[in-house]
Amino acid sequence: MKGKAWKFGNNIDTDLIIPARYLNTSDPDELAKYAMLDADPEWVDKMKKGDFIVAGENFGCGSSREHAPIALKAAGVSAVIAKSFARIFYRNAINIGLPIMESPEAAEEIKEGDEVEVDITSGTIKDLTTGQTYKAQPFPKFMQKIIDQGGLINYLKATLKTA
Amino acid sequence: MPQTISQKILAKHAGKKEVQPGELINCKVDLVLGNDITAPTAIKEFERIGVKKVFDKKKIYLVPDHFTPAKDIKSAEQVKMMRHFAHKYGIVNFFEIGCMGVEHALLPEMGAIKPGDLVIGADSHTCTYGALGAFSTGVGSTDMAAGMATGEVWFKVPEQLKFIFKGKLPKWVEAKDLILYTIGQIGVDGARYMSMEFTGPVIDKLTVEGRLTMANMAIEAGGKNGIFGVDEKTQKYLHNVRVTRYPLLYSDPDAEYKQVYTWDISKIEPQVSFPHLPSNTKPVSKCSHVKIDQSVIGSCTNGRIEDMRIAAKILKGKKVHPGVRLIILPATQKIELAMIKEGLTEIFIKAGAAVSTPTCGPCLGGHMGILAEGERSIATTNRNFVGRMGHPKSEVYLSNVAVAAASAIAGHIVSPEDL
Ligand code: SF4
Repeated sequence: MKGKAWKFGNNIDTDLIIPARYLNTSDPDELAKYAMLDADPEWVDKMKKGDFIVAGENFGCGSSREHAPIALKAAGVSAVIAKSFARIFYRNAINIGLPIMESPEAAEEIKEGDEVEVDITSGTIKDLTTGQTYKAQPFPKFMQKIIDQGGLINYLKATLKTA
Repeated sequence: MPQTISQKILAKHAGKKEVQPGELINCKVDLVLGNDITAPTAIKEFERIGVKKVFDKKKIYLVPDHFTPAKDIKSAEQVKMMRHFAHKYGIVNFFEIGCMGVEHALLPEMGAIKPGDLVIGADSHTCTYGALGAFSTGVGSTDMAAGMATGEVWFKVPEQLKFIFKGKLPKWVEAKDLILYTIGQIGVDGARYMSMEFTGPVIDKLTVEGRLTMANMAIEAGGKNGIFGVDEKTQKYLHNVRVTRYPLLYSDPDAEYKQVYTWDISKIEPQVSFPHLPSNTKPVSKCSHVKIDQSVIGSCTNGRIEDMRIAAKILKGKKVHPGVRLIILPATQKIELAMIKEGLTEIFIKAGAAVSTPTCGPCLGGHMGILAEGERSIATTNRNFVGRMGHPKSEVYLSNVAVAAASAIAGHIVSPEDL
């Protein structure tokens, strides 16, 4: 996956990712229109499908709304790279199949506008603009299985069938 | 190995003797909760799994409370979807207009929670029930769907934090201030992924309502859950809501904590969280220059009858400042009725407040008191993120009930002491 990096700060909460006033729907395409609206109202128009979000500590803190990772995924975000993630956002992203990568160094050093290439399976993050390579925290095996299946529901479908 | 209450509950539900922080476990759940924002997505995901029934018709709670009474057509459709789902799968605990309330106030009040329970809810403030000695945590819609289908959920066993509150609660300082103070000290990610256990002489004296307020905001420090031991006060509360037979759980005295915080709170003042993070706390004496347009008293944090009594004490015989809109939201029907019986509603209306039917309403910028550009509200709610109560350029200041009521009278943020 290749794309441009969009930088955001620490404690990007779910109200910034998708404001509550748009939560009267659960339609992903509808939600995508308002992704990151209160953090940067023009971001949705500026970003291209395949781009990355690069953020600081505690990305996705606040409410449990799955609409947050859904909106980012539907907007076309390839992956979120952050120094750390809030717990519920982390679960939700894995459960719905939005790639997330925890790497404090990458999140610190990658600059806005840098071309980034990511290999999710190996956890490698490459900043093509600077030539730097980073390694994200690997997922525990069990979570990797959910990710490989494309989310918790597909994983359950597969396991419930074989059970 | 000595264990904390949280560890004991997780271990029991995973069918283990003990659990270690970092361990990945699969747990049976006692209750699965969803609301009008999160349940519709969970319902769609549930149908995708392809199971024919829910794991237990009595253990799923569906409470449309965020945009209800339906604020627009889309919201009405969301609730309709929940209603149909409840009907289709025979889910008993669906609470609509007339019997509803803000979910986290409603469930304890109706006796749905007991100590030792493992509860997941597709709402981040599900951590509230830790006040009753349950392990209770927020998840997303997909986890809720999986929970409804299988009755199970995976967890990483969290590390444990302990908070000991010593001293004597000063005048006008409420449970809300203890939790705001805590978040101010450790930051919005100070307890990220961790369990927060609250103890100490101050906690022993706190009412169960106060403990509900504190556990409610564990998530605002990033906590996975907030928890309290079960004591006589808890037992009395449970007796009143007809909960019987539950384990009496305590943390082993030599249980391991990642960190123990001990605070003497005898000298703290009521706390106010400035925009745009709950951790931006200041003592109330440092904020009298802040003019307000609105004051909101309610929510799952501070919408219980105890809160309404504090508000009434301050508002009795007074008038809300002409430049301020005071909105009071009892968290459940039962609380609303008690307010009427005790004459509190009359006090509020005479003071010039608007009293609402139970709803989350303005707490998350839904309806019933949205802020315009540049407006400011003080609120007894739990979040003051950008745009939380309306326009992205509006501001929310979090406080306890007494400060929110006093500020409504003064027109600016003030301690009841200085009214
Ligand atoms: S009152 Fe506010 S914090 Fe509580 S459940 Fe409703 S929206 Fe969430």
